[in-house]
Amino acid sequence: MEVMDVEREVSNNNSVMCLLTDPEGEPLGAPLYLPQNVGPPQLQEIVNKLLNNVEKMPYAFYISDQELVVQLSSYLQKNKVSVEKVLRIVYQPQALFRIRPVNRCSATIAGHTEAVLSVSFSPDGLHLASGSGDTTVRLWDLGTQTPMFTCSGHKNWVLCISWSPDGQHLVSGSKAGEILSWDPQTGKQSGSPFLGHKKWITGISWEPVHLQAPCRRFVSSSKDGDARVWDISLRKCVICLSGHTLAVTCVKWGGDGMIYTGSQDCTIKVWETTQGKLIRELKGHGHWVNSLALSTEYVLRTGAFDHTRKAYSSPAEMKEAALARYNKMKGNASERLVSGSDDFTMFLWEPASSKHPKARLTGHQQLVNHVYFSPDGQWLASASFDKSVKLWNGITGKFIASFRGHVGPVYQISWSADSRLLLSGSKDSTLKVWDIRTHKLKQDLPGHADEVFSVDWSPDGEKVASGGKDRMLKLWMN
Amino acid sequence: MPQGDYIELHRKRHGYRLDHFERKRKKEARVVHERSAFAKRVLGIKGKMFAKKRYAEKALMKKTIAMHEESSSRRKVDDKVHDGAIPAYLLDRDTTTRAKVLSNTIKQKRKEKAGKWDVPLPKVRPVAEVEMFRVIRSGKRKFEMVSSTAKQWKRMVTKVTFVGPGFTRKPPKYERFIRPTGLRFTKAHVTHPELKCTFNLEIIGIKKNPNGPMYTSLGVVTKGTIIEVNVSELGLVTPAGKVVWGKYAQVTNNPENDGCINAVLLV
Repeated sequence: MEVMDVEREVSNNNSVMCLLTDPEGEPLGAPLYLPQNVGPPQLQEIVNKLLNNVEKMPYAFYISDQELVVQLSSYLQKNKVSVEKVLRIVYQPQALFRIRPVNRCSATIAGHTEAVLSVSFSPDGLHLASGSGDTTVRLWDLGTQTPMFTCSGHKNWVLCISWSPDGQHLVSGSKAGEILSWDPQTGKQSGSPFLGHKKWITGISWEPVHLQAPCRRFVSSSKDGDARVWDISLRKCVICLSGHTLAVTCVKWGGDGMIYTGSQDCTIKVWETTQGKLIRELKGHGHWVNSLALSTEYVLRTGAFDHTRKAYSSPAEMKEAALARYNKMKGNASERLVSGSDDFTMFLWEPASSKHPKARLTGHQQLVNHVYFSPDGQWLASASFDKSVKLWNGITGKFIASFRGHVGPVYQISWSADSRLLLSGSKDSTLKVWDIRTHKLKQDLPGHADEVFSVDWSPDGEKVASGGKDRMLKLWMN
Repeated sequence: MPQGDYIELHRKRHGYRLDHFERKRKKEARVVHERSAFAKRVLGIKGKMFAKKRYAEKALMKKTIAMHEESSSRRKVDDKVHDGAIPAYLLDRDTTTRAKVLSNTIKQKRKEKAGKWDVPLPKVRPVAEVEMFRVIRSGKRKFEMVSSTAKQWKRMVTKVTFVGPGFTRKPPKYERFIRPTGLRFTKAHVTHPELKCTFNLEIIGIKKNPNGPMYTSLGVVTKGTIIEVNVSELGLVTPAGKVVWGKYAQVTNNPENDGCINAVLLV
């Protein structure tokens, strides 16, 4: 552990006592005397040395939740912080790569004959699928930006689509309560439909690839009040999780092997996956639970794929890589869960430890439709029908900033892979890209003729896909 | 009514007529027409009894038909694919459709343009100009039988008018419309529609006469006119705390016939 040798002057102008802590609060080394002309680049070097990083990683520094962008002296002067106390500086690792914000619509692809209800990129970023009200699922070629396959077979609107984390399967759920699985390479249905739900499907989530590779099981939630776990190789329902009294609005498969379901009966239930038993019930909301988000959700969705775009040959290798990524993302703390509800608030839970919420996030003036953790888990964004998107601290749940700009209810949000940009799609037919560092609008993306129902940012950060009521699928690039 | 079995005996011995079965079938088919003719023609208690019996028969027939039509296989009720697809998070929500909102705004705009408001008397009988004005002859030779030099450009209003407190006539030589003082009123009997009590309130001004803007500017008060009355004695207060002193009311009678203005307050 190196200690910086600096001039130790008694006068207050030249040095200040600082303590570097990580986001969870644990200090990194002992307090240091640092000269006041030290800024973020020098602090970065210090952190890299103290952590013994082989390659230089970028960090962002926060003093009492405000980002430090200037030298310490100007910060101290502006905020009149006393130099007698130890100054706590929180460092946060940033992604090595930087995603460029999308600013132009590169393609408007027609194809669907009814509104596009959901779009999703595959975890490796090579395929794009969209489900629509014309009962088809369409696969699009990203290289030529044209339609590739049309998968028909559903009897009613296709409400949800989900890629398996290893990219081998695509499943879609419809308003008729049936789930179909497709082969992304040929566009054909791979096997018989999964029947069992009596009403429409509200959400589908896959088992993480670090728990089982190749991917076999996924869970689906439906309006009829139960969630079912299906096995894609056995092609049947293995477990039925019933217990909710009203519709289940969202379901997520957590990285530690638990399934979280949020429902219109204002509760969230935590299930274990070997037998389908209820572990915990999280109560607290006053109205429907609309959306759930896990702090490790992005890693679970992308599985073993990351920005290095490495292809894996065997499932075992994929499982190991995914496990490594998951552990790195999770760190020491347990998984955090956030639920957004119709009662205009959100709760931050740590379901593994207790059934009481850790924090209640208030501030929205209309119902919260979609909540999403950033890929690095540091931030949490919430989209609400009050036309605003709010940014919260992903660890403590403290409110950070509110993004206003939309003129209609904000429907869905999506993060860029480096957690620096946030994308939101709204009823007013525009998409907006927000910068997390400056808390301001980065780019406005108009172009849709009608409401935007679904947005997705590809995991490699190159493209954004959006679909809505005007039946067009738009691809946006830099 | 055959008594005895001679008919059967004859049939056993000689068989049936050659066209027996066909005639029987056709006669039975005609029973339907005969029964309906009977039902139409029959009167009195006999008719009522027949109608009652026939109704019971029909009800039973309907039930048996419905029973036969019920299929044993249960199909899913909602098979059609509807228009207007919405994503899952909007499915249970009752959002007003854009078309309805648009049509509402268009209707609102049309109403504002047409000036049609929600008043107690939406339509009134239009008053003709000849009924409203009487021609006054003026000039030196106004009383001649046939006079081409008589001037007939003056008009006298035959309906009740309201002129404000600071009203001064134009010079009589130049005034075109004469509003007689006998037909000028300052107060109206205004009824509150909910409280159902009537107050004698001062008129502040004429807002609109449905017969035309000319009558509005003249201050003519006919049935259906919107007038503004001084309601300070009612003691109404706005939610912000300000005292309301003027409110609109609509005239409900023909003041020229009754000698008073009756109106209902527009709340």
